[in-house]
Amino acid sequence: MTANAGARTLLRLALRRDRVMIPVWVGLLFVLALTVLTGYQGLYSEEAERREFAAGINTNTSLLAFYGPAHAASVGALTAWRLGAAAAVLVSVMSILLVVRHTRAEEEDGRLELVSAGVVGRYAPLTVALGTAFLANLALGLSVTLLLMGEGAAGAVAFGLAWTLTGTFFATVAAVTAQLTGNARVANTIAITLLGAAFLLRAVADSGGANGPTWLSWLSPIGWGQQVRPYAGDRWWVLALPLAGAMLLAALAYSLVARRDLGGGLLPSRPGPAQAAPSLRSPLALAWRLQRGALAAWAAGFAVYGLVFGGTIEGVDELAGDSPSTRDAIARMGGTTDLTNAFLVTAFGLMALTASVYAVQAMLRLRGEEAHGRAEPLLASPVSRVRWAGGHALIALLGTALLLVVGGVTTGLTYGLTSGDLAGAMADAMGGALVQVPAAWVPAGIALALLGPAPRAVAGAWAAIAVFLLLGQVGPLLELDQWAMDLSPFTHVPKLPGAAMAVAPMVWLAVVTAALAAAGLYGLRRRDITA
Amino acid sequence: MNTAISVSGLVKTFGRTRALDGLDLTVSPGEVHGFLGPNGSGKSTTIRVLLGLLRADAGTAELLGGDPWRDATALHRRLAYVPGDVTLWPNLSGGEVIDLLGRLRGGLDPRRRAELLERFELDPRKKGRAYSKGNRQKVALVAALASDAELLILDEPTSGLDPLMEEVFRQCVREERRRGRTVLLSSHILSEVEALCDRVTIIRRGRAVESGTLDELRHLTRTSIQAELARPSDGLAGLAGVHGLEADGARVRFEVDGGRLDEVLRHLVGSGVVSLVSRPPTLEELFLRHYADDLGAEAKAAAR
Repeated sequence: MTANAGARTLLRLALRRDRVMIPVWVGLLFVLALTVLTGYQGLYSEEAERREFAAGINTNTSLLAFYGPAHAASVGALTAWRLGAAAAVLVSVMSILLVVRHTRAEEEDGRLELVSAGVVGRYAPLTVALGTAFLANLALGLSVTLLLMGEGAAGAVAFGLAWTLTGTFFATVAAVTAQLTGNARVANTIAITLLGAAFLLRAVADSGGANGPTWLSWLSPIGWGQQVRPYAGDRWWVLALPLAGAMLLAALAYSLVARRDLGGGLLPSRPGPAQAAPSLRSPLALAWRLQRGALAAWAAGFAVYGLVFGGTIEGVDELAGDSPSTRDAIARMGGTTDLTNAFLVTAFGLMALTASVYAVQAMLRLRGEEAHGRAEPLLASPVSRVRWAGGHALIALLGTALLLVVGGVTTGLTYGLTSGDLAGAMADAMGGALVQVPAAWVPAGIALALLGPAPRAVAGAWAAIAVFLLLGQVGPLLELDQWAMDLSPFTHVPKLPGAAMAVAPMVWLAVVTAALAAAGLYGLRRRDITA
Repeated sequence: MNTAISVSGLVKTFGRTRALDGLDLTVSPGEVHGFLGPNGSGKSTTIRVLLGLLRADAGTAELLGGDPWRDATALHRRLAYVPGDVTLWPNLSGGEVIDLLGRLRGGLDPRRRAELLERFELDPRKKGRAYSKGNRQKVALVAALASDAELLILDEPTSGLDPLMEEVFRQCVREERRRGRTVLLSSHILSEVEALCDRVTIIRRGRAVESGTLDELRHLTRTSIQAELARPSDGLAGLAGVHGLEADGARVRFEVDGGRLDEVLRHLVGSGVVSLVSRPPTLEELFLRHYADDLGAEAKAAAR
């Protein structure tokens, strides 16, 4: 296999480069599974309680949309239910990032050229990227299988395989998108957009319960993972779908590799203007120019999310039934007893957390600019470090607010159109979205506070988001102490709509963000600019 | 302001590496100053300290009468910089980068910009990711040369340029000097430095080992002599200041220290000179002499 020559050596290199990234992702997802499992073991130890909870899930639109239907009432089945859709998205994100990182990003930065000139086959880099992603997914699948073993071996294996194969499928999706464009960021964006579409497709399919358009779920790779039904029949044959899909996409990616030049994509790159537009004359204008494409893509994603979820809100209250334990479970997650409002609060909480991922990513463009040596020519011109960083910081903060406004408006629109009370729905949705803004800013503040004095520690901002996600998702389940919950900025957001508006916590969150940003800028002014 | 750049005793460490170890550098206004040294000797580190990107651990640095760290923004209005490894924004065209950098510095002359684009044969419509290394270098050169900065700081500016473009670059630097601008030219292309620079500083391991005009440096070092004599010369090898003697009958080749030239020539005349070629040391030889010590030291360290 000369086309794969050198793959063995390159795989070792890839695993060495990812020796932190893969264990962190696998560890995080394992902890997520562990906390869900122990949460259910503690919270629903009685068979009758679990039956009631599972029945409640299947009549609740919001839970169906986020997590899908529950097919059995054992602890294993409920754990698989809770982790089957939303957590599978995280597994897929890991796989996409890994593959693009080892294919298009290497090529774009020119490192692949050096490698390809050696005794390295044309297919080797792609084989290595897919192999790395597969190994990470395998490690993840094995670790959750071992974790769930106590609840039954067959279900544990089925669930582990579902995660492994879903992740592997999206690894091959990324392998194809990495061939299409010359830009790693665009390759990631296309693949993650497809992943988002897959999640939404199954959300629509599941939200109607048994009477809804359930067949749609079979069109979604995220749906396939759920259709395996671990601990509820273990339908092994469904695993053939992601496996066959991955093989087809991998074959497509290999044939595309064989057809294109190194460094090129299939989508052509066009020439730019010979002169800059008159507006391109400040660090802020440059930051806007560099970030506007990503912001537009994120805003489009939020609009689709809002439109789809806004349409599922009406009727939540009637469907939920009278089961007190379901009401209790939902209220625990959403923070209010009115189920419609609880749903909105949950949806906007998740939206805000996603917006904070954007905020951190936008803020960390600063680090990318510095590490690639593109900050140097700017800082060697009469641009102060604070003005340079301020441009990107402003876009990160305003962009985050914009995303939540877009999410609020689109949610309010379809919610209002289905409920018939457009003004009321819009007010509820906008209120619920806007109160989240200061909390979604805090991770961006953390990113800047790290980037200023300690540029090599910026990954800490992602760790902070992971901790906030874990606290928000499993904190209520584990009935954590309030001080622990208070660590997350999202805990302090007023539970709008439904609860009373509280201005003080929002002001405090904004002050915390400002203080973190100020500390970051102070540090940035005092350190070396490093490549 | 008597000096454009004045650095003394500059120290900069990165962890356990001592990149600059008491560096001295003086550049007078209006001169083209060559800054020579092998890879990793601290040239780029010095320049990045002068640009206020790195903070020196010890020593003093003065740039255009100001403190490069404290007054960075104000000083940058008066200088233009070409980095050694130019990276561009992948989705901005070369023309956009030139305009942006020019505007940040307070505007650039459109006529001069057009003229430079033509002279360097640069297509300004290509996107950053589509340029070759040499073309990326040209983008940075045009942006810097089109500005009306009084000081140009060029860090290995011709790496990646073809010989024709290198000639264009040399012409441009000569024009800049005629306009009275100061140029700090870091390079390891010795012919370029020899052709362009008034004064030269050679650094090694973060220290300046030589500094002066090329003539001064040559005077301090060896001249190579090639001679054909009437009869074999005795005792040449024994003379002080003679190095690397190769004798082939009546033909001799050797190098002689600057201060001993008179004495050695008298000795040759005693043997009857048929022909004589005397060549002043090239910068390369100057450079290699300092660098050779390094190689020697490394070999010794390896042998231990």
